[in-house]
Amino acid sequence: MFKYIVKRILLAFVTIFIVCLITFFTMNAIPGGPFAGEKAKSPEVQAALERRFNLDKPVGTQFLLYMKNLAHGDFGISAKTGREISATIGTKFKVSARMGIFAVILAVIQGVFFGSIAALQRNKWPDRVIIFVSTLFTSLPSFVLGSFLLVIFSVKLGWVQAWSPQHQSLILPVLSLAAYPAAYITRLTKTSMLDVLGQDYVRTARAKGVRSSKVLFVHTLRNALIPVVTYVGPMIASILTGSLVVEQIFTVGGLGNEFVQSITNRDYPMIMGVTIFLAVFMVTMNLLTDIVYKLIDPRITLE
Amino acid sequence: MGIEKESYNPDQTPKKHALSLQLDVSKFEKATDEEKKQADVMSESSSFFRDGMKKLRKNPLAVFSIIVLIIILATIIIAPHVVPYSYSQIITVDGRRDKSATNMAPFTYSKMEQAYMAKGGKVFPHIMGTDELGRDYFIRVVYGTRISLSVGVFAALIVLIIGILYGSVSGYYGGKVDLIMMRIVDVIYSLPDLLMIILLSVVLNEVIKPSGNGFLAKLGTNMISLFIVFGLLYWVGMARLVRGQILTIKQNDYILAAKVSGAKGSHIIRRHILPNSISVIIISAALQIPSAIFTESFLSFIGLGVKAPMPSLGSLASAARSGITTYTYKLIFPSIMIGLITLAFNLLGDGLRDAFDPKLRR
Repeated sequence: MFKYIVKRILLAFVTIFIVCLITFFTMNAIPGGPFAGEKAKSPEVQAALERRFNLDKPVGTQFLLYMKNLAHGDFGISAKTGREISATIGTKFKVSARMGIFAVILAVIQGVFFGSIAALQRNKWPDRVIIFVSTLFTSLPSFVLGSFLLVIFSVKLGWVQAWSPQHQSLILPVLSLAAYPAAYITRLTKTSMLDVLGQDYVRTARAKGVRSSKVLFVHTLRNALIPVVTYVGPMIASILTGSLVVEQIFTVGGLGNEFVQSITNRDYPMIMGVTIFLAVFMVTMNLLTDIVYKLIDPRITLE
Repeated sequence: MGIEKESYNPDQTPKKHALSLQLDVSKFEKATDEEKKQADVMSESSSFFRDGMKKLRKNPLAVFSIIVLIIILATIIIAPHVVPYSYSQIITVDGRRDKSATNMAPFTYSKMEQAYMAKGGKVFPHIMGTDELGRDYFIRVVYGTRISLSVGVFAALIVLIIGILYGSVSGYYGGKVDLIMMRIVDVIYSLPDLLMIILLSVVLNEVIKPSGNGFLAKLGTNMISLFIVFGLLYWVGMARLVRGQILTIKQNDYILAAKVSGAKGSHIIRRHILPNSISVIIISAALQIPSAIFTESFLSFIGLGVKAPMPSLGSLASAARSGITTYTYKLIFPSIMIGLITLAFNLLGDGLRDAFDPKLRR
């Protein structure tokens, strides 16, 4: 167990290093630096700017310098705004994370609830309705759902205020973020629940007269949720990072928006900072998922 | 064991001499043709494929999605030949540009068109109205569907080919080779794919400039970079699946038998392992199509998709957002198409899995 965790952590570090490497060198492969788009500058100003962002040194040295700063938690400063990148990421991430956490909670509760009902009512009408609706939701991209929610509830019905600094109603963005994972979890829960319901230990528990609620919650649901846990970990990471589109539709100023802007602005330090931050986040989530998976299901032997 | 004991009755004296063989000669007569026919196997032999197809045909959702896909396919093939507009052409009436024909509702005609029709001219109806530049929206949705579908199919093919090659080599050779190859997969798997797509789109936009007037040039560099990214990143899921399949199949005794009789590695992969795992692989490739369409529409939506004026379903939906309150139908049509296509592929994939996955067969 301990050996496994150490191995996984090492792999995570390798992954993060490779992400840094790829990001750094693809960013450098793009012709035209971050100062190319603006008004013509005198050569002195240009040189001063390049010296300030270490752009005058060889690429290898630039990379080593960057990694050294990174190890100290310093992402550098944005080439566009001059602000500290770590501070920008911190504030923007809070907005995205708040939205994302609500979406994750909603998706898990909804998915497990409907998935269990579908499994218990197998081949009856509740099962069919739930599975049909969830298949429908897995077929709709989040931007389509988001746009429709915006039109129907904000514009046509006027029930929910559109996002503005004064009205930070999270309902619609959270709904459109949660729809796909909720539908996916529903289907996942149903299959794994059916699997567990057919196991011998469930039959034994029933046969020896355990209360049906106890069979459901202790014997069935606990075991059925193991595959769901493995999905939820990476899902948290992807919801927090993939909210790019939803953030645009509802004009939420989160990390996704920031990332697209930094790409169009060719703000290299910012792009690298956001990419590495998100990559670290995702890799950590995957690592945690694998460890938790191992802890909650002793049957699994890893390598 | 072979002696028939029932025929021997100790209470009865045998009719013939006790030492006779007691043969019934009629039992040794040649069978007539009729009797031969009766001995034939009654049901036709059923192959794995035929069996699966039979199951698939009984699944109403799968049949429904096949019909939907056929209708969509027929429409996008036939419509460009029937509808007299092209996806980039602004509507002209009687040779003159019709400036009033912008943002029309479905099945309405502009003033110029009405005047032209009153004079006896014929105008093809705008089934889905027109867009903000006065282009026929139906034909744009048709072309958008074409692009989205071909992106989906092409991406799934790339993933299939690379995934099978990589996964089968890694799974078959095992040991150190497998360890190293799977570490590479682990690393690629944990790369944030969306970020990489965006990065590569930005870089490739500068690096490659497709020349000429071919299909790729019309699609634009973003689509090419999307394909490259699919080729670089998305195959890892498929490679893992193939490797897992091979690891289980490798345990079987017939593989050992083939090895003992001196078969080469490539022969065993091709003749024994792939045919046994192909159904699972194909199903997962079919499910890759809607996910590729999703990714494409998502990229088009944030402005990294096909090059204008070529439409894709994602870029149409994205463009429709600007006038969403008044021209809602412009969002509805491409959205319905995306939903229908992905729904049909998902249902079909589920149906195929139920019909062909050996693990689910009872």
